[in-house]
Amino acid sequence: MLFQGKTHKFGSDVNTDYIISGKYKFKTLDMKELAKHVMEDLDPDFYNKVTPGDFIVAGTNFGCGSSREQAPLAIKYANISAVLAKSFARIFYRNAINTGLPVVECDTDMIEPGDDIEVDLAAGVIRNKTKGVEIPVKPLPSVMIKILNDGGLAAHFKQYGGFNFD
Amino acid sequence: MGQTIIEKILSAHSGQEAYANEIVVAHVDFVMGQDGTSPLAIRAFESMEGKEVFDTEKVAFVIDHSSPSPLEGVSALHKLMREFSGSKGFRLYDIGEGVCHQLIPESGKVGPGSLVIGADSHTCTYGALNAFSTGVGSTDLAGGLISGKMWFKVPETIKFVCNGVLPRGVYAKDLILHLIGDVTADGATYMSAEYVGDAVSALSMEGRFTMANMAIEMGAKAGMMEADDKTMAWLARYTDEKFIPVMADSDAIYAAVKEYDVSSLEPQVAKPHRVDNVCPVGEVAGTPVQQAFIGTCTNGRLEDLQNAAAIMKGRKIAPDVRFIVAPASKRIYLEAMRDGTLETLVEAGAAVVTPGCGPCVGTHNGVPSDGENVISTANRNFKGRMGNGNAFIYLASPATVAASALTGKITDPREFIK
Repeated sequence: MLFQGKTHKFGSDVNTDYIISGKYKFKTLDMKELAKHVMEDLDPDFYNKVTPGDFIVAGTNFGCGSSREQAPLAIKYANISAVLAKSFARIFYRNAINTGLPVVECDTDMIEPGDDIEVDLAAGVIRNKTKGVEIPVKPLPSVMIKILNDGGLAAHFKQYGGFNFD
Repeated sequence: MGQTIIEKILSAHSGQEAYANEIVVAHVDFVMGQDGTSPLAIRAFESMEGKEVFDTEKVAFVIDHSSPSPLEGVSALHKLMREFSGSKGFRLYDIGEGVCHQLIPESGKVGPGSLVIGADSHTCTYGALNAFSTGVGSTDLAGGLISGKMWFKVPETIKFVCNGVLPRGVYAKDLILHLIGDVTADGATYMSAEYVGDAVSALSMEGRFTMANMAIEMGAKAGMMEADDKTMAWLARYTDEKFIPVMADSDAIYAAVKEYDVSSLEPQVAKPHRVDNVCPVGEVAGTPVQQAFIGTCTNGRLEDLQNAAAIMKGRKIAPDVRFIVAPASKRIYLEAMRDGTLETLVEAGAAVVTPGCGPCVGTHNGVPSDGENVISTANRNFKGRMGNGNAFIYLASPATVAASALTGKITDPREFIK
């Protein structure tokens, strides 16, 4: 998988309430509607700033807090192609893979807001074209690669009728 | 090689000797979803082409986050849950029953050695019962509903050894806030937190639930405790099933061991907008509060309400404070009614709302206004958590919240405890 776009940078500990507030997520299953409010408490105009294919870049512990799967879905439906962070909270990480949102663990210090980058998951590298540097990516566990390649956990179950990691 | 509690539980449920960092597919003993996560899980269940749930006795939905429904959109999602659980033939706890993390333990279906997944991050609460229970998202929930299984990376364990005696006016909530402040919001990410020591053994089951509940606030996958006589006595109130306690081996391997002496601990407060932004109450004493809230899966249990009532007996809340109480379950509501606790709280000025999550998640029941300060017994104080990004949430024990409601400013509860 190869993605290209510009970056939107946030700090550490971006929690799921910031990604999509509880006051919206209980109301609807319409993810396009929820996507309009993504990151709203950190940047009220975020949704309008995104060009399809852009990346969210953050520090440590991205997605901490609740188990709401609306968080990765809202990001995905806001046309973000992947989230890059130094580390992720575990439930968010699982939810992202399950719903087919690529999440990439890497050193994000060498990425600044607005940088033009290319994320090459097959090669396991991020190319920061603005800075002219390559950043290695921490590989996903094999189970997660399998789920991502199958198109998410729902597609995995549809194909195999259950978990199949053999 | 010795094993931690969680390694033993995952071994027993996966049929393989499981150690930290391995991946296992394990049987689950119980699967739970609430109204914020179940509707998406139903969609995932359908796209997985699921037919039935794996065992109707081991599955439950709970309507607790927006309960009763404040909006027609929410009503539609509740209806979807009722229709799904009805057609599949499993239990749905409807409005007024309480918070999922009180109801599932009260169901008697979870105990020492159990493995539970719940589509709610605070599912780690049942670690107080010596169970491995953890939060998952909606698609994982759907997978669990269909297969009765889940894949896990076996977590490393960080052991918290808490010794000494908690001083007067200092509670389990203060201890867990202190630990979170110490290790920070991602100090135990991907790990299991194991709480041991005299101070943990001395806690009531209510206090243990409080500590296990907040393990996720340091990023942990689980907040494990050993089972003792108190655990077994508590379980005996709800079930005849004989659970076998799971103990860590003496040569189990820990990622870290952290030791604490709780004897000089003071009441703690987590300041806006981070749960790990913790200080002794004295540092923020005097900060005006417009709303005080006692409830949630962290601190809505009988002992919590009783601790608040002991402080509020014969007193009235400050005139410019709104005081909201949400008992964690209908059972607790009735118990607090029968022993006079609720009468005391209501006479002091409490507005008692439906057993459930109350205003914790910002959907209803007390959304603060711009610039207002709230002192709450909940587990999260993120900006916007209670439905308004321009409000400020302070987290504390029920005693500190009660004392603060009386004075209208953040107050050390020891001023009211003889």
